[in-house]
Amino acid sequence: MAKKQTIEVEGIVVEPLPNAMFRVELPNGHKVLAHISGKIRVHYIRIVAGDKVLVELSPYDLSRGRITYRLK
Amino acid sequence: MSIIVKSTEELAVMRQAGRIVGAVLEILSRQVKSGMKTKELDIIAAREVEKLGAKPSFKGYRGFPAALCVSINDEIVHGIPGERGLREGDIVSLDFGAIYNGFQGDAAITVAVGKVTPEAKQLIEVTEGSLEAGIATAHPGATLGDISAAIQNYAESRGYSVVREYTGHGIGREMHEEPQIPNFGLPGTGPVLKRGMTLALEPMVNAGDWHTRLGDDHWTVLTADGSLSAHFEHTIAITDDEPEVLTKV
Repeated sequence: MAKKQTIEVEGIVVEPLPNAMFRVELPNGHKVLAHISGKIRVHYIRIVAGDKVLVELSPYDLSRGRITYRLK
Repeated sequence: MSIIVKSTEELAVMRQAGRIVGAVLEILSRQVKSGMKTKELDIIAAREVEKLGAKPSFKGYRGFPAALCVSINDEIVHGIPGERGLREGDIVSLDFGAIYNGFQGDAAITVAVGKVTPEAKQLIEVTEGSLEAGIATAHPGATLGDISAAIQNYAESRGYSVVREYTGHGIGREMHEEPQIPNFGLPGTGPVLKRGMTLALEPMVNAGDWHTRLGDDHWTVLTADGSLSAHFEHTIAITDDEPEVLTKV
């Protein structure tokens, strides 16, 4: 099964939104709307404002992303 | 987040997982005929993989509802099997994955339904050829970019385009591991290949332009211009010698 091409960047969660969505600020200052991966959801990993996270972005739509990892 | 190298014991399990995937695709390829519903192929795939002692890996993956991806004509990948009937002249991509003892195998073939146009036949041959060209470069010391470039050059030099938004991938305990393996790239770039890496190479080749669109079911990926698309995939292991194709029958 083909993988959707993604680029992975670190970001800082600036604001939690409804429906387990988050606004994440990237090092370049861009803010993206990100949902959380199934794995994070399954393991009940809590994400709050200020957390450093890994975000997967599609190079073809840089406004939305998927949080795949909460960094220490 | 690095590329996981497999031990000899792990490779032995992956070889078995790969053989099961190859065997299921072999059975499916002989079943394909005009008038058949795509969900019948899904039922056969689910039944055969169970007989071989493995589980289908796509079902439930990020919510995918079936064991098999069936993508017809301008559908590139991730088609959901259903009521649609195959018709004489269609080209149909069958993409299947299985988990055996904790390890994954993943492969795809594109087959013709009955007699197809010379253009469709050539697209299938070029796509398979581009996969073989990619596999042929997968030696230790080569780079990931060498594989990507070999696939791209093979397809583009023959007048076709390669899909860019979807890629091949590392594979092992997870279906999608590091790295992503685009079907386009520059030789000499990217990570260096090492013995024990296991990769799923999967060129998706379009007769027209490489742009894609997502279908209404939010799974099926189609060519934006409606042109035909073919897809071949193997799970391979990097060895000291020639790369080993794990998903051969």
